[in-house]
This record gives sequence, C-alpha cells and structure tokens, in this order.
Amino acid sequence: MKLVFEKSVPCRQGLRIPERDVPAGNRLKKEYLRERPAGLPELSELDVVRHFTGLSRRNFGVDNNFYPLGSCTMKYNPKVCERLSSLPGFLYLHPLLPQLHSGGAFTQGALRVLYETDRMLREICGMAAFTMQPMAGAHGELTGIMMMAAYHRDRGNRKTTVLIPDSAHGTNPASAAAAGYTVKTVPSDESGCMSIAALKEMLTEQTAGIMLTCPNTLGLFNPHIKEVCELVHSVDGLAYCDGANLNAIVGKVRPADAGFDMVHVNLHKTFATPHGGGGPGAGPVGVVERLAGYLPVPLVVRQEDGTYALEYDHPKSIGCVSPFYGNFGVILRAYVYLLMVGREGLERIAENAVLNANYIKEKLKPYYEVPYPGLCKHECVISAVSQLHESGIHALDIAKALIDAGFHPPTMYFPTIVKEALMIEPTECESRETLDAFIEAMIDIAEKAKQEPQTLKAAPLTTPVGRLDETKAARQLNIACL
Amino acid sequence: MPYISNTDQQRAAMLAEIGLKPEDLFSDVPPELRCGGLNLPEGLSEQEVCSRLEAIASQNSASLRCFLGGGFYDHFIPSAVFALTGRSEFYTAYTPYQPEISQGMLQAIYEFQSMICRLTEMEASNASLYDGGTALYEAAMMALRLTHRSKVIVDDSVNPIYRTMIRSYLRNRNVDVELAETENAQGLANRSAILEALDEQTAAVIVQNPNFFGCIDDFSDLAAAVHSKGTLLIVSCYPISLGLLKTPGAMGADIVTGEGQSLGLPLSFGGPYLGFMATRSEYVRQMPGRIVGQTTDAKGRRGYVLTLQAREQHIRREKATSNICSNEALCALTALVYLCLLGKEGLQQTAQLCADKAGYAYERLTAIPGVRPHFPAQCWFNEMVLDLPCEAAEVTARLLERGYAAGFPLGRYYKGMNRSLLIAVTEKRTREEIEMLAEEIGAIVESLRSDIR
Repeated sequence: MKLVFEKSVPCRQGLRIPERDVPAGNRLKKEYLRERPAGLPELSELDVVRHFTGLSRRNFGVDNNFYPLGSCTMKYNPKVCERLSSLPGFLYLHPLLPQLHSGGAFTQGALRVLYETDRMLREICGMAAFTMQPMAGAHGELTGIMMMAAYHRDRGNRKTTVLIPDSAHGTNPASAAAAGYTVKTVPSDESGCMSIAALKEMLTEQTAGIMLTCPNTLGLFNPHIKEVCELVHSVDGLAYCDGANLNAIVGKVRPADAGFDMVHVNLHKTFATPHGGGGPGAGPVGVVERLAGYLPVPLVVRQEDGTYALEYDHPKSIGCVSPFYGNFGVILRAYVYLLMVGREGLERIAENAVLNANYIKEKLKPYYEVPYPGLCKHECVISAVSQLHESGIHALDIAKALIDAGFHPPTMYFPTIVKEALMIEPTECESRETLDAFIEAMIDIAEKAKQEPQTLKAAPLTTPVGRLDETKAARQLNIACL
Repeated sequence: MPYISNTDQQRAAMLAEIGLKPEDLFSDVPPELRCGGLNLPEGLSEQEVCSRLEAIASQNSASLRCFLGGGFYDHFIPSAVFALTGRSEFYTAYTPYQPEISQGMLQAIYEFQSMICRLTEMEASNASLYDGGTALYEAAMMALRLTHRSKVIVDDSVNPIYRTMIRSYLRNRNVDVELAETENAQGLANRSAILEALDEQTAAVIVQNPNFFGCIDDFSDLAAAVHSKGTLLIVSCYPISLGLLKTPGAMGADIVTGEGQSLGLPLSFGGPYLGFMATRSEYVRQMPGRIVGQTTDAKGRRGYVLTLQAREQHIRREKATSNICSNEALCALTALVYLCLLGKEGLQQTAQLCADKAGYAYERLTAIPGVRPHFPAQCWFNEMVLDLPCEAAEVTARLLERGYAAGFPLGRYYKGMNRSLLIAVTEKRTREEIEMLAEEIGAIVESLRSDIR
C-alpha cells in the first residue's frame, strides 16, 4: 500500500479549521518561527478514512480470530468497556483539576474509579496497597525495583544484585538493570521451575531481591514458591512477582499469600483491556504493608465524609513514575470488566484458561514434543525440535503456516530455555470449536512437515506480503520517509 | 459468566477427553496457598454496569470551560480520529511480532515515525514511549549511555511534573546520577546557571520549548555551548506549537521528546497519553523502544518490520537500551490520523489560531486593573503567566464554581509565585468564553481587592 505521504495532493484539506473570531493579536517574532511548514500530507477526510481503513484490513486482532500469543493473554475485549470509557464525563477530564483548590469536587467519579479498582486489586493479590501509576507491565517492574532500591537504602543495606530465573521475560532483567542492579540468572531444574539448590548457592548478603513470574513462562506453577520467597527474605531480599500470568490463578491464589512482597498486574492481560496494537497498557503495582510507604504519590484516599481525595504526604515515597494517576482510560476499562465478572467470574476465568491450555497441550502431544508434559496452567509450551530434525521445519515455519490457516501464531522462541518453542495461550474466552479448529490446523501442519515440508517454508501465501527481509531492514536502515 | 464461550457440558467433555477431573486443574497448587474465594461483589449485567458508570461519570465535571494547560491541552478532536482508531483490527491486536498479518499497524508506525521527524526536523524517531515525562527520562538515560558520563542538568522552566518524574527515577536507582537543577527568573532557559553547572561529566542539558510558562525560546546558542563540552541537548516540545515555531532540529537538538496528547488524544484524566522521541541518525542504536523499518519480501514487495531489535529487552535482556515492552501504539496511531486530517495547512492554522486566541485573552486579561504579565519581555505561544493582585489559587477556586477551569496557580510548583496564574488558550475557546473569563476574573479580583481594603 502507498504511504500516506505518497497520496498527498497539494492544497487538499481534510479538516476545516474554524475562522478566527478574535483580532490577530499575538505577534510571534520571526526568528522564533520555523522556516518552512512541516511536511504533513495534504488529504481529504475520505482519503484519510480510506487509507486507514485499508491499513486496518492488513492487521489481525482478537476480533478477527484466535490469537494464542503466549504470555500476552489475548482475551476478548468487551465492547461495553470501550463504550463506557468514552463517556464524556471521563474522556474530557483535565488531570490537573484535582490539584486545584477545591478542584477535587469536580473529579469525584474519576477518583472513585481509581480508588475502587485499587481496592479490588488489593483483594485479588492479597496486597496492602497499590499504585495505579505504572503505564505498562515493564513500567510496573521498574517501579517495583525502584521501591526495592528505596527500601534497601532506607535500611542501610548494601545490595547490588537481583536474581532472575533463566525462563524470565526479558523485561525483568532489563528493569532490574535500568534501576542500577546487577542481574544474576538462576537456572531452572528439570521440572521447569527455578532450581532451589542453585538459588541457595546464589543467595548472598548482596541479594536485593528476586523477580519471578507466577505461574512461570512455561505455564508452570512452582509448588515451592513459598520456600523460594522465604529464602530470599532470609537475606533481607524482596520477592517481586511479575503478574503477567495472573490470568492463570486469579481468584485461586493471591501472590501475597505465596510470600511475594510486590506484584504488578497487567490490566491489558488479565483484565481484558485492549492491547492497542502494542499499547497502551497499564501495570499497577501492589505491595505488602511494610513497603506501602515507598509507593509513588499521589495516592487516592477516601475521606471520612465519603469523598475521594489525593494524598501526597508520604515522606518515604519514591516520587512520581507517571505524570498523573496512570493510564486512566485503561484502568477505567479494567474497572468495568471487574464489576462485570465479579467474585465468582474471576475464578471461572482461571479455571477455563487452565482447562483450555491443557486441552490443547494434550491434543497436540502425539504430534509435537511437549518438554514439560505434566499439568500446565494458562499456557503450554510445545517444541518443534522433532520437526526440525526430521524435515528441517522450524517453529517459525509452523507459525507462518498457521497464518495461512487463519490463526495468529503463538509466541515463538520463548522461553529461550526451550528449543524451537511455541508458547500457546488460548485464554478462557475461546470455545471448544475454535480450539479444535486450531488443533486441527496444527495437526495438519505436523503432517505437512513430514509429507511436503517445502509448502511450509513458502508460507504465508495468503497475506499482502510474504516473509520480510529483516536483515535488510536492519542493514539498510529506513525508518522514516523524510 | 459472560466472555467464556464453553458450556458446562463442553467443559465436562473436554476434561473427560484429556483424563482430568475439575479439581485436578489446580492440583499443582499447595492447599495452603489456595485463597478459597475472594471478598468481592458478584458480577453485574451489562445493563447494570452501564447505569452505574453513567452515574459515576456524572460525578465528574467535564463541561468546565478549560483554560487549564500545563502541558496537557483541550484541543478539538475530529470525528474521523475516533472512527479510525476504533477499528478493532487495530485496537485488539498486540505488538506486531508477526509482520505478515500486522502490516497495517507496522506501516502506521512507520508513518508516525516519519511524521514526528517531519514535525521536529530530526532524522529518526521511535514507535512511542509512555508519555512526555518518561520520554524525557529515557532521553536522559540515552544521553548517559551515549556519553558515558554521570550528570544531567535540567532547567527550571521544564514542566515541573516532568522534573519530579526525572528526580524520582534518577534518585531511586541503585547507581547515582548527579542531577543539577537551575533556578529561573526571566522566563527563558537559565543560560548562566546551565553554563555554570556544565562540566566534563555532563551527559545532557534538558530544556523545553515553549517552556512551562508558555514562553518561546531559541536554544541555538545553548546547543553550541553544550556541544563544545561534548554534552547533548535534549529538548522537550509541544507538537501543536511546531505548526509555527522553529524546530528543535533547526536549533541543534540531539534528542527531542514530547507529549503527544495534543495530537488528537482526549485529556482522559491523565492517560493514556503518548510519549515521542526523535534523534539524529548516528544515535539511533542507543534509542529506547520499538522502531519500525521498511524492507521487502522475496518478491520485492515493500513491507515493514520491527527493526534494530538487538537494542531491546526481549533480545538483550539486562543489556537492553530500555526495559520498555508495551508502548502506546494506539495513541501513536491516533496522533498520526490527527496529523493526516489536519495536514500541512491545518496544523499551521490550528497553531496560529491558538496563538491568536491566547493573544486576545492576554489583551483582555491584562486590561483588568492589577493584572500584569509575569514575563513581560518574552514571546509566548498559547500559554501565559499572569500575575494577579491576589492569591491565584483563590481565584481559580471561585471560578470553578462559575464553570471555568481558569488556569493553573503556579505557587504549587514555584516559590514566590502564589499570585501567578498559568493560562492556556486553545483553538476550542471562543471569543465569548475568553471575554466571559476576563469579566469573571475582573469581578473576582475587584471583590477580593475591596475585601482587602
């Protein structure tokens, strides 16, 4: 498709700007002005609508079909959450209003949404307090590690290291490093969980804490999780829970009960807010009582008269990690979702997510290697090693063939401890018919890998472009049309 | 339970087929870790939740006539923006890891990157960051990496919200970075204080245009001085103003960041917003965040992919340029659609309209006895600091009751500026609203003055 800039026609306009209804007054000195206008395209509204409608048709979302992208929880995003989040009372509210004297009275509804979402997340995670500020999961991790640094500084601890299992998301080591810590990688044992023996060996007085995904990225619940947290506590380290996989245990296990001191919750995963083609998300962080003083400010509090207000007076707070109160529009969608699913619904989510993942895993076992064949939680990891050895077919080829079958591929090559990994997360939303169609496509691909592997190498054939040359993209860098 | 498709019968059949009983699904969780149910209310129907949320939304007052800015502005949003970004092929997708079925978002991000470069007159942009504040922090981290130095200077006229954020990030790390903050008097970047603090360890100087007071600056002189020490110049900017104003690129900036909220995103009580970042080609490998690049497939067809991924956390882990994963892709798409609708002329006209209406507000407001500009010598874009003859917080509180968000009292962030009010005017404010505001402020100032007498 042509670039929007290539469709530009001089003097065409897409929006009529109102006539000036005031005298021309503000004379800007010429030396302060740009020399030539910014090279924006000149298009009619219809041109713009056709262009972006065209682009949307070249994009695949959950509404199109099954999107089993492991560790991303691509569940259905209810339309009512979209509609209610665009009520004018929310959409056009200026964030500085509650910072004006008596301005809080004009934002009571929004403050209530923040307050009640915070309370529900506390109950779900077993934590004592939450910040709604972090704007994505990784942002929550950084916020958590900054609180970890503040905690240790406060106690006069000289800590340098954060421990992270080899199966972790890349954001975990990146977040720890961004906060100035050295990262040490703890190996997994044959069960797929963190090796307790290795952990004991690696724990020292320098250990600031540990970051763990629960259940982990293989979709496994570590039965020794409490022992892991206690070991970390024994050197005055903190246990951080990456809540990316909360969907598997929501309503069943509370991270605080497992011994965690902090957790972030990806609202765009477990609580069904849209992923937006890569964001915006939201990553609220919850902490246990002894860390509550370090949370970013402001916090939303409920006063004796039942009104809501912002509270800034927390001397140990790490400060602000976002300009205001987090990604409010995202939090609002999650709030609506939480109100709708309720107490019992949350448990049903976990149960159905786990059932769907195990169903796929068992049905694919005869056709693909399953490195951790036991019970999984919300996602299962299969491997294409046998396809690779027998006919040179990689996980990538299987993923591309799935596209031609009408599905979004699973996460590929992650976690890195599994060779030729395909990580499949069906979510609770998907029906048996959809799962069966996917399973059938996977079986068909496994057969093709044996019979006619070259057809898989050619996939995808049904898309506007075939496999793209990523080496060329990086070597002959073209990242803007100037 | 809505949003779960399988029926009880289907579940029972699926369990039986894989040889499990319902209780087996969580048999790997030690009994003492099971919470045994949550203390939360039962779920609501869609009808019930709609009524409840409509009631909650009505407890907010979004109909105030808005002269509140401070980096976050009430601009008009064309209908087509909502219609196009509301297409679920965009908003229900995730990060475009599979380029063949994500060409829509990938091309849009490539176009967004191009648009940011064209606006700022820089050479390279990323796919977005969380907001203008985190973008500024990421720019500081990028400069620290590029220069292998340990100090950052931030001017006092940079948005105080962003300065608080930078302070929070830099001071709660396990490794210290020296943060020097200037104090300001004249409304422009405090050059003498910056040059005094500038030394061989300084990685970056951070300034803003128009600055928090709305004043317009030209950092060309500062860029030369800063570069002579091997330091980088980081400029935070307001994208609408770039419809008219000299660009950070033309001033010699090394890294440009900004808040993209003004480009078609509703104020939405603080988010989701849009951080953007642009830089010189030579620094692109130290830029944080996703970057989309153009390439071809085997048949020579043009297409787009995520590129330079060796900078990113999923490849480099602790050696990544940033920990960012999810960004604000849908907000970047929004800004792109907005800029396409306005086009070359429209952006210029919008910026000019903002400046003209602010100019008219200035005339009307400074005609009130006792109301004076705080920085009379400076040029400003669409936001101005006016000194009132009384506490600014008192005036804004009274005006809220009259239906006006009249501006932001600066005493909250600047010592000795309790009587200063920061007033923003966008193209949405009508002549009538401006005149009414002047009348209201005039009346309040008069009554407060007579109280004092």
